[in-house]
Amino acid sequence: MGIHRGHKARPAEWLAEKFIFLVSLSAILMVLLIFLFVAREALPVLFGETNTALVQKPIPPDEVDKHSAAELEAYLEITPDQLARMSKETLRSLMDVKVEAQNDIPEEFRNDPDARINTTEWQYLLKAHQWSGYDKPEHIWQPVGQVKKFNIIPLFVGTLKVTLIGLFFAVPLAVGAAIYVSQLARPRTREILKPVIEMLSGIPSVVVGFFALLVMATVLQSIFHYQTRLNAFVAGIALGFAVIPVIFSIAEDALTSVPRAYTQGALALGASRWQTAWQIVLPAALPGVFAAAVLGFGRAIGETMIVLMVCSASVMSWSIFDSARSITTTIAAEMAEAVSGGPHYRILFLLGALLFAATFLSNMAGDFVIHRFKQKLEGKK
Amino acid sequence: MKKSLFILALAAATSVSALAGNITVKGSDTLVILAQKWAEVYMSQHTDVKIQVSGGGSGIGFAALQNQTTDLCDASRKIKAAELQKCIVAFNARPTEYKVALDGLSVYVNPENSLKELTLDQVGGIFTGKIKNWKEVGGPDAPITVYSRENSSGTYEFFKEHVLKGKDFAASAQTMPGTAAIVQAVMKDKNGIGYGGAAYGGSSKLLAIKKTDASPAISPTEETVMNGTYPIWRHLFVYVDPAKDKGEIAAYLSWIRSDDGQKYVKDIGYYPLPKNLRSN
Repeated sequence: MGIHRGHKARPAEWLAEKFIFLVSLSAILMVLLIFLFVAREALPVLFGETNTALVQKPIPPDEVDKHSAAELEAYLEITPDQLARMSKETLRSLMDVKVEAQNDIPEEFRNDPDARINTTEWQYLLKAHQWSGYDKPEHIWQPVGQVKKFNIIPLFVGTLKVTLIGLFFAVPLAVGAAIYVSQLARPRTREILKPVIEMLSGIPSVVVGFFALLVMATVLQSIFHYQTRLNAFVAGIALGFAVIPVIFSIAEDALTSVPRAYTQGALALGASRWQTAWQIVLPAALPGVFAAAVLGFGRAIGETMIVLMVCSASVMSWSIFDSARSITTTIAAEMAEAVSGGPHYRILFLLGALLFAATFLSNMAGDFVIHRFKQKLEGKK
Repeated sequence: MKKSLFILALAAATSVSALAGNITVKGSDTLVILAQKWAEVYMSQHTDVKIQVSGGGSGIGFAALQNQTTDLCDASRKIKAAELQKCIVAFNARPTEYKVALDGLSVYVNPENSLKELTLDQVGGIFTGKIKNWKEVGGPDAPITVYSRENSSGTYEFFKEHVLKGKDFAASAQTMPGTAAIVQAVMKDKNGIGYGGAAYGGSSKLLAIKKTDASPAISPTEETVMNGTYPIWRHLFVYVDPAKDKGEIAAYLSWIRSDDGQKYVKDIGYYPLPKNLRSN
């Protein structure tokens, strides 16, 4: 409130202050609105209002008068308003399409028990199910086809797999670099290194993905000799490059903001620079470094392009040398073709809402830890 | 994400300009290059007509057709029942379907692979994951790596329905963002197999396909696709609201399907419609 301390704020200053306040308020509002929008699109799945059963009993178009308006609305998936506006002929051709769709089902699916299942029920979304043609119960994400399979577990496994590989690669490197730059490097070296590492974040992720797809995949395969050329390991390493600058700059801030008295004390007591950095400064800055890792996690789990380009088979496997399909990849790749308002569309929004919640919580946890750490260093607690 | 935002912005922009003399075309990524070529040539012949073409996918095109933000919808697959219903609700009629070109889908393998031909059943077996080693189909003793398209692609759906007979793709099938990416991957992986438009094959090897064990192996060429002897081919479509199918739009649609329009199809790598299919 510096403005109020001296003389009274001039009208222009007052206006500018209020304007900035409004802008910041609108950012919060925006986040809230986006979440509400995503959640609203996903709600019908949560309430079990979607039905994907392939074989349904069609209502013969001639019997349209025997059914109530509510029944017709549910059957034709239209709103009461649309039904009221619809002419007799339109209604009739809509009923015909329903019957035709049933007649178009290939013979082999007609008697398939799977074709009578509503695959958007929770048990099919989460639990393994033995679909016909499979030898054992499996988690299957195959959202396009006659029987649509929407099991989201392989996507969660894929997301976690790629994210964790990325973090295992990025955290040691980024924190190591942060320790070196903030504690050990000469001022001259620091002035060059810091902007260079932070410049990594300026590389568009699609470029990193392209590089990984063409070059890294081949190089890593010739080193590790695994079978699948494009897999979670390659994607994780590529993701690491995107995450390193995030973790580095926050960790470096945390390490630099450890009071100089700590370092000077340690050095005066005869510790070497290494001992000071490793045993005094790093422990003091640990909450900040942890927060950096958490924010890096949020960045990694939300990254789309790299994973989309490098690996995207929705295979249910924890092996790092198998492929993986992340949630972001799934949304980016499939949203364009999903029938808007259909079950596939709703489930993609559900995935989006879950991802939003995950990044939101991890960012909040990171912020919380940073805040506590600052208070501790300033001696308020 | 960026792409869909762009499409949204475009949809907003085009919805305003859907006036006479202005034709908006949206839909299949498979067709987008051909549609642009057609638009370019047609606009140079008719300077008073403006045609705006954008891609995004067949599903995007159908959604735009329902919302009436596009005049023509390009599609690499037939309209689905759910989309048909939405169109009927939106404009009280079924959209008119025009076939505009033929596309042959080829099966690519690495040039080092000694295999030359497969039956349709074997192709299905490989892509569903039942056949896991090349030696099961007469090739070298090596595990097969399967490359497939994203499930948003019309090509994916066509392949799943007609070659896999509705069965699921193997979970381990690597999904690639485009046909060019599949070819790229197959060229780098000597055990790889992929599928896509014949025109995109590049220097990968296109397998000859046998319809059954007894039938001859046919390679995808213009002749075999157009006379229907090559077994994996499909139509490419344009859909239009029948109420809009008059005046400039009708003229454009009939030009596309005339000899003059069809001669550009081959430049893009698809095949022109046989004469008997041009009027419907």
